[in-house]
Amino acid sequence: MLGKLFFVFLKIGFISFGGGYAVIPMIEREMNHRGWVDAHEFQKIVSLAGMSPGPIATNSATLIGFDLAGFPGAIVATIGMVLPSLLIVILIVAFCMRYQRNGQVKASFYGLRPIVTGLIIYAALHFGFLSHSETLFTWSTLMTLLISIGCLYAILKYKLHPIVVIVASGLVGIILF
Amino acid sequence: MIPQLRAKLTILAQIFWVFFRIGPSSFGGGYAMIPVIEREVVQKRGWLGQEDISDLVSVAGTAPGGVGVNSAVFIGYRKAGVAGACMAVLGITLPTFAIVFLLSVFYLYFENNPKIAAALKGIHGAIIALILLAAFKMVKTSIFDVATTVIVIAALGMLIFTSIHPIYVIASGVIAGILIVGAKERMGLNVRMEKETTPSSEQLLFPEYYI
Repeated sequence: MLGKLFFVFLKIGFISFGGGYAVIPMIEREMNHRGWVDAHEFQKIVSLAGMSPGPIATNSATLIGFDLAGFPGAIVATIGMVLPSLLIVILIVAFCMRYQRNGQVKASFYGLRPIVTGLIIYAALHFGFLSHSETLFTWSTLMTLLISIGCLYAILKYKLHPIVVIVASGLVGIILF
Repeated sequence: MIPQLRAKLTILAQIFWVFFRIGPSSFGGGYAMIPVIEREVVQKRGWLGQEDISDLVSVAGTAPGGVGVNSAVFIGYRKAGVAGACMAVLGITLPTFAIVFLLSVFYLYFENNPKIAAALKGIHGAIIALILLAAFKMVKTSIFDVATTVIVIAALGMLIFTSIHPIYVIASGVIAGILIVGAKERMGLNVRMEKETTPSSEQLLFPEYYI
């Protein structure tokens, strides 16, 4: 189990362009495919990972590893997730520092950036609303939607820090649900 | 030999400590961390020159993985080789790992508490908002012509309506980028591969998609 956990997150780590949110659909796909974490459990994991400081992708790896194989699992999954960053950045700095000036690399990112954007939008939609197979507009999804809109308003208009918004919506959750 | 070793260990300890302190403050995202790293590493300690920051930002942003971890590797490696890079990653990962670990143990005990479950449901809404915010910022930086608009719509379509693995969606983006830029160049068109940034809009355009 530990070996499998390590290699799955190593694989995800190597393709985790765009960092955090864009990686969520990838993690979910791998977990679902293997039957390790179901959709409902995954939502809870993303909520917990998102409210913790630090990168959401690595946090999710830690939580899933812990969920599946205890403390050793958490360590193995986290290492799998950050190891590719370590290797690739060292290789770039050591051998091809000027690679970003390369036209092919620029052209690749011209195509890659909209894909990352698509992955993040998909993460929001899927994580928010589409993963419930029941009726789309239950009272609970409606309340979630309202909380999301309230949070967006608070962050954009009043420049509130994300942590304030997270604590506030936790309190609102206690009142509503 | 011994003083050299001691100097090396001192620098490794310093690298660890710097990133250990920056790690938990990374709430709010990767690119938001760059100014904090810059203050600590360029201005306070002089490990990097100001001119290295643009290299740091572009390497950290393009390599897979988060901007925070990638920046840590970049700086650690520049300062003290592979050992430095490892210490930097350890430093930046350890605090958040500990927090997440404690949180999951805590959650395990209170999972069935209705108040905690309700709070988590509320937080779920807040996390959706943060993801949407990141998406909104990414749209502003990455969608600026017909081709990029088509690519983002195609990517969403593939993700929502088919069961293609995201890895192929990513690969098709790279291929599309190379083909489109190649075709435009052959037709003699002026190719713009990045959104032009004015200094005042730069802050806005830093995509904070890494939280």
